[in-house]
Amino acid sequence: MNSLKNISSIVLPLNRADVDTDQIMPKQYLKRIERTGYGPFAFDEWRKNPNFVLNNPLYKNAQILLAQRNFGSGSSREHAVWGLEDIGIKIVIAPSFADIFNSNCGKVGLLCIQLNQKEINTLMNLSESKSGLILSINLEDQKIINEEYSININFEVDNFLKYRLLNGLDDIGITMQRDEAIQDFESKRFNFYPSSKTII
Amino acid sequence: MTNKTLAQKIWDKHVIHKEDGLPDLLYVDLHLIHEVTSPQAFEGLRINNRKVRRPDLCIATIDHNVPTTDRTLPNPDPLSIKQIDTLRKNTKEFNIPLLDIFDNRQGIVHVIGPEQGLTQPGLTIVCGDSHTSTHGAFGSLAFGIGTSEVEHVLATQSLPSPMPKMMQINIKGNVKPGITGKDIILAIINKIGVDGGIGHIIEYTGDAIKNLSMEGRMTVCNMTIEAGARAGLIAPDQVTFDYLKNKPLAPKGEEWERALTYWNTLYSDENCKFDTIIEIDAATIEPFITWGTNPAQSIPVSGIIPDPDQISDPFAKETAQRALKYMELSPGTKIQEVKINKVFIGSCTNSRIEDLRAASKIVNGKNIADNVHAIVVPGSGLVKKQAEDEGIDQVFINAGFEWREAGCSMCLGMNPDILKPGERCASTSNRNFEGRQGQGGRTHLVSPEMAAAAAIAGHFTDVRNM
Ligand code: SF4
Repeated sequence: MNSLKNISSIVLPLNRADVDTDQIMPKQYLKRIERTGYGPFAFDEWRKNPNFVLNNPLYKNAQILLAQRNFGSGSSREHAVWGLEDIGIKIVIAPSFADIFNSNCGKVGLLCIQLNQKEINTLMNLSESKSGLILSINLEDQKIINEEYSININFEVDNFLKYRLLNGLDDIGITMQRDEAIQDFESKRFNFYPSSKTII
Repeated sequence: MTNKTLAQKIWDKHVIHKEDGLPDLLYVDLHLIHEVTSPQAFEGLRINNRKVRRPDLCIATIDHNVPTTDRTLPNPDPLSIKQIDTLRKNTKEFNIPLLDIFDNRQGIVHVIGPEQGLTQPGLTIVCGDSHTSTHGAFGSLAFGIGTSEVEHVLATQSLPSPMPKMMQINIKGNVKPGITGKDIILAIINKIGVDGGIGHIIEYTGDAIKNLSMEGRMTVCNMTIEAGARAGLIAPDQVTFDYLKNKPLAPKGEEWERALTYWNTLYSDENCKFDTIIEIDAATIEPFITWGTNPAQSIPVSGIIPDPDQISDPFAKETAQRALKYMELSPGTKIQEVKINKVFIGSCTNSRIEDLRAASKIVNGKNIADNVHAIVVPGSGLVKKQAEDEGIDQVFINAGFEWREAGCSMCLGMNPDILKPGERCASTSNRNFEGRQGQGGRTHLVSPEMAAAAAIAGHFTDVRNM
């Protein structure tokens, strides 16, 4: 996982609500056993439409995706996040996110920023304008900035996630340091809890 | 002691480590694994030279990719073969029990857990699959996770998780005759929306819920995720215990008694605090059908396709317009006039023995309409066998249905069972997203009974009049 500190990029506006992970990464691409290379398949169906925003050269190197409420709903497929990661997205901004998608992003190293609808509307209008919108996002200060349009928005982020993202830390390593506590917990579990040991 | 909700009780009992500013570290009692979301997790373990901490708390099966036709024939899809073989190799290397395709206990991951008695009250259960919420029907805390989390659980048998908020959905009174668990959950999603449950664990309460069988409860909890909530649960009671008793991996003898004593403490305390409470009058629930491309876009069987212009919320309006275009439906049409050409009875929502029994009663002695192609896909090899023992397979076959092997099948069409562009399907599954069952395919979510009725009529119809 790479660390995420300052991102300055054009904003890719996806002005839709309830974008589900079946749209972000259609099922026919879930058969791969690799972890990388999902970018070309992201939004596969929608991309067939030449007017789809991802086909607009203006947004070619966007690292920031702006969407509407309930982004990433539906399936738990992390492939959706891998697809976004592979097309270069590092930050997704929306009024709300589906829970599993949000937590998947955090694990992969993408940041989901939740803003209120009014802020989203402002950013959406500007980023859909002819020349687009460039935002600077600073995770350390939790700020979104564009001086030209006097944008200066503070955003919330979970402290632990922030620490992990800033330092590019994988949380399995962090948990493994708690091995003693896990062992201790295991010694106190009920005997009647199920085990799959005898199933085969 | 403060009064706790059921979910809080289970949560608190599983906290390994608690610290201000950090998510709680939760112990995981049961980890379900399938072929699609696990390869990259096992790969991660190998790269970092890590082991699976508790293979005895994992169970794997193959469900998403398997063909549901004759399994002795070669699998036509090389990518599926590779993914399935990868799971075989991984489970062997890491010592995880696998129910493979020629084991008659193989099936959809959310069907086999309960069937084997692995799913029990008070457990924490995870799986790299959003419909893990199904297992909450037993009063356990069960939620879907992503592949990085799968890797985390494999390595540590635990998961750092921020505590969700608590929601209660109370279905007051009793449903009318002929109303199923599927109708109840579709009505709930219709009311609270596809994002209504975000950030919450939902506890379902009320007589209408208590009066459901375990199968019905699983259907309700299964679709919790379609309302945006990661987990949904129902307090265990005699119905739960009767279902579990004598299941292969359920506790036995004295252990059963001890388990029972614990399970009987699993309920939300009086005066505990829910962040959100929703009430629905059970008597108002009708058989539901979705008309759109998300599970909240639904109407009662007596209803008409709504007019997006009447919707005030701009996003809901835009979503409805797009959905109608995709579904090729026009506002004002009676849903009962909409013709179908496919019927799918299956998926982790509705492929258990009770679902198949109920649907077979509707089709018994009748024939499916000429223009309809219909398949029944049992949730597991054991469901299939039970149905065959009861003669249910013959009822379906005589009516013109195809009787298949167990798997996810047309729920998401990762195997050869897919809709062709423009085909319209009455489906007992859980997602009607664009292209979910096949590119350009149109999905209407209904109960098994309603799907069976549609198969006979060739269009949607009120099963209660059949
Ligand atoms: S039946 Fe459908 S929803 Fe259930 S696990 Fe399989 S693909 Fe997922």
